[in-house]
Amino acid sequence: MKNALSSMWQTLFGHPVRAFGVVSLLLLISLAIAPAKNHFSEWRHYQKQYLALIGNRGDAKTLELHFHNHDGIQQIWLPGLGVVDRCTTCHVGLKEASLADVSTQPFRRHPVIPHTLDQFGCVMCHRGQGPATTVEEAHRSTAAWEQPLLPARYVQSSCGQCHRAPLTGTPQLNLGRNLLARYGCVHCHTIKLPDGSAIKPTDDPPSLFHIADKSTREWIYAWLKDPQAYAITATMPNFKLSDLDARDISAFLIANSTPLAGDTAPATKDKDEKAPDPTAGASLYGGSFCSSCHAVQNAAGNVVGGDVGPELTRVGTKVKPEWLRAWLRNPRVYDPLTAMPHYRLTDPQVNLLTAFLGNKADADLLANVHLDAATPEQIAHGKLLVTEYGCASCHEIGGIKKPDNFAPELTRIGSKPLTQIIFLPGMEHSTPAYISAKIRQPRSFGAALKMPQYTFAPAQIDALTTALLALTDRAHDLPMALTVPAQPGSNYQPAGKAGQLMADLACFTCHAINGRGGDLAPDLTWEGSSVQRPWLQAFLKNPGTLRPALIRRMPKFNLSESEITELTDYIMAVYQTPAFDRDSMPSSGYASAQVEQGRQLFYSKYACQSCHIIDTKVDKGYIGPTLTQVGSRLTAAWIYHWLKDPQAMRPGAIEPNRNMNDEDARALTAFLMMQKGSNKQEAKK
Amino acid sequence: MFVNKMTKHWRTFFAVSLTLASAACTQKPEPASALKPLAFGAALVESSGGKQIGATGMVLAQSLVVQVSDEQGTAVTGALVEFSGPAGVSFDPRSGLTDSSGQLSTNLVLGSIAGRYQLTAHTPAKARKPVELKIEEIALGIQQQVGYQLDNKYCARCHNPESTAERVSNYDNLQVKPHPFTEGDALNKISDADLTSIISHGGPALNKSALMPPYGYTLSKTEIEALISYIRLISDPPYHASGMVYAQK
Ligand code: HEC
Repeated sequence: MKNALSSMWQTLFGHPVRAFGVVSLLLLISLAIAPAKNHFSEWRHYQKQYLALIGNRGDAKTLELHFHNHDGIQQIWLPGLGVVDRCTTCHVGLKEASLADVSTQPFRRHPVIPHTLDQFGCVMCHRGQGPATTVEEAHRSTAAWEQPLLPARYVQSSCGQCHRAPLTGTPQLNLGRNLLARYGCVHCHTIKLPDGSAIKPTDDPPSLFHIADKSTREWIYAWLKDPQAYAITATMPNFKLSDLDARDISAFLIANSTPLAGDTAPATKDKDEKAPDPTAGASLYGGSFCSSCHAVQNAAGNVVGGDVGPELTRVGTKVKPEWLRAWLRNPRVYDPLTAMPHYRLTDPQVNLLTAFLGNKADADLLANVHLDAATPEQIAHGKLLVTEYGCASCHEIGGIKKPDNFAPELTRIGSKPLTQIIFLPGMEHSTPAYISAKIRQPRSFGAALKMPQYTFAPAQIDALTTALLALTDRAHDLPMALTVPAQPGSNYQPAGKAGQLMADLACFTCHAINGRGGDLAPDLTWEGSSVQRPWLQAFLKNPGTLRPALIRRMPKFNLSESEITELTDYIMAVYQTPAFDRDSMPSSGYASAQVEQGRQLFYSKYACQSCHIIDTKVDKGYIGPTLTQVGSRLTAAWIYHWLKDPQAMRPGAIEPNRNMNDEDARALTAFLMMQKGSNKQEAKK
Repeated sequence: MFVNKMTKHWRTFFAVSLTLASAACTQKPEPASALKPLAFGAALVESSGGKQIGATGMVLAQSLVVQVSDEQGTAVTGALVEFSGPAGVSFDPRSGLTDSSGQLSTNLVLGSIAGRYQLTAHTPAKARKPVELKIEEIALGIQQQVGYQLDNKYCARCHNPESTAERVSNYDNLQVKPHPFTEGDALNKISDADLTSIISHGGPALNKSALMPPYGYTLSKTEIEALISYIRLISDPPYHASGMVYAQK
């Protein structure tokens, strides 16, 4: 063995000339390694494949020309964004529209998006390692580089790094952001946004100060054990409490509750006492449009109704009738800031609705709940648990302070280093996998963890993960000039007595004014320029419907004459557009020739009847409001300006802008102002 | 020489993979699932979750639920159902046994290419060929997603004859009936330029009814492009851009 080696040494290096030759050869080989590596590199492979692919195509010449302008290693360098992307070295056809039929990677054309490659590069959206030149290093996390490629199912999170407001093209991101607020994640987890604000919860969990007036301990126990068993749409998560813990928490909450004057009311006796009529109750419930905000699960299991207020499927099991009566009479006694309007219901109406809702009960829910009287130890233990589980992060509870930062802050969760994450065995080592597993089954990371169990559908988990993945270091460190800010929130308050009245009626739950409020009903910012005073007065007294195709309608609040006058005065005086004077055009007296010209335009050139009804016998259009009495409802100036540019009058209106000339707009205004409706129709409901 | 050989090799590889891709390539069947059916059915129907419009690479909002029943139409518990689809589609689970109501539910992620996806569910039947069920789902890219939302906001009330809880259809009220955007037989014949023109300037632009309003002053050029790309994508039969060259010789 030793001999063989030494003889080889002799042959190679025995003679100086030979030794020189061998050493030069070795040097040459080592010098050749780099070019050879380059020559046989992955990316060259792909570029050759690409040439082979396009060589067979009809437009090969053009494609080849594009390619030869740019072969070799490609790089998109955007110093302002910190982007150095070489992805286009292998992804050669990204910009080639004609490759639409190619489905093989890395040669697919990039789908059409609102940005170009040259603007933003690749890693801004897809993450991964821009400067890498091998597939492995570019796509996956390696020892040297942490950030792997973002799976396509979360790609919308990248839009959210710059875009802080909802975007039409990113429904998943929008949903995720909504869920973060709606399911109250941000009660416990602080999420600061790059503009310095924080995500605010939108779920409004009830105060528990006076819970004993409202519900029984048995119901609280059943609810704590499984909120979704009571209401499938409940946003309260399941804390997986043991029977004993639920017993003690319910004991504490009841013992800790203080009575509130006026939030319960005994049944009033009618003179001619009758059992409340269930059909009358149902029709009052329907006629008050309760279902615009409250849902009920029907026999088929479908949840029907709005999600502004709580689901009422089993409300009779939850609330005490005395409490419900007082609540219906005036919800603001129990909760001054509730989104529920204060309907001016009469006592018989309150009784009817109480009986109707009381029947929405489910005896099974509490059938197995048997609680003995609470002991002081149980109550004390309950208090301990309430503190431990951070209940006061969401609910106001007498004697317990809202904890600060009860759970880890998630402000930069999207960039959490993999080295700081403890993965479960068998779990994919990536941030998205970690986040979604945490949302899906938080306690799988440790039975002692306090994060509760939600019942999200897979699409909701993906949406939440997407919203969280948008919270990256990059999102926080981007120059402000590059970000697209969200609409600033508005805390507009109408003034004076009318303002109080509007708060009492919770107008802002459905209507927006000056940037504040809901979108269930029309924006009222310029209502005073739009409608005629007598119409508004009659409408507030007895709201009919303008849009037959709408299911949500303005409820009847039984307002008094003076309340109606107060509101009407305020709306007519304050909610005016600066764009024009509402009295600048006459409300009648138009020349009949002009009216006739308007009629022609309505039915032929503009074919308005496809969406609107003027003559109930002929027209059928069902999209826009009925115009049979538009001449008594709207001001001429509003109609004229609306016709010229609907979106300028109400952003987002679906009525198309017709770029109407002045003569046509005036003629149509004249025609529409003649549609006064019959008095009978107006007096009708 | 070596390189030359490689290129040739890749060329064949490419021809093959493109053929596969263009002809809605179906995934290789997974290794036979470890599950053994406890019962056999005779019919397989979709209970819910078909014909959804989702987004490329993302989980569909509703899970896909199929139901197995026997000759008498009674639900079969413990029947084996397996799902399959084109490359890139994933099912969770890919196969399973039906529950006490004869149903199996799976969560579905569509592939990363926008388009219509044909999926199959099958269940082995006793002493004959497995029963097969075809299901279709649509995956939208970002551009078509925008088009879809615009359609929902502006167009669907007239163009979609079906009403939903949130939106009553106006289709029946129109004297001239528009085409639902899925009607490829009619819409595929209209060029992109003509679609742009009718959407921007209304029906009269193509000598059609003025009941079709113009949107050129309401929607931007990009938005109209998004609408057209959406209309093209959901078209049935599918729309093939003319002049497209396939990599086949
Ligand atoms: C008020 C009802 C209405 C609305 C809203 C509407 N359309 Fe139409 N559309 C029609 C009618 C009616 C026709 C048929 C015209 C004809 O055949 O003479 C039509 C025809 C068309 C056509 C030609 C193909 C066909 O169906 O005959 C296209 C394309 C079209 N519409 C696109 C749109 C788009 C895009 C939108 C939304 C931005 C939209 N439409 C909104 C009523 C409407």
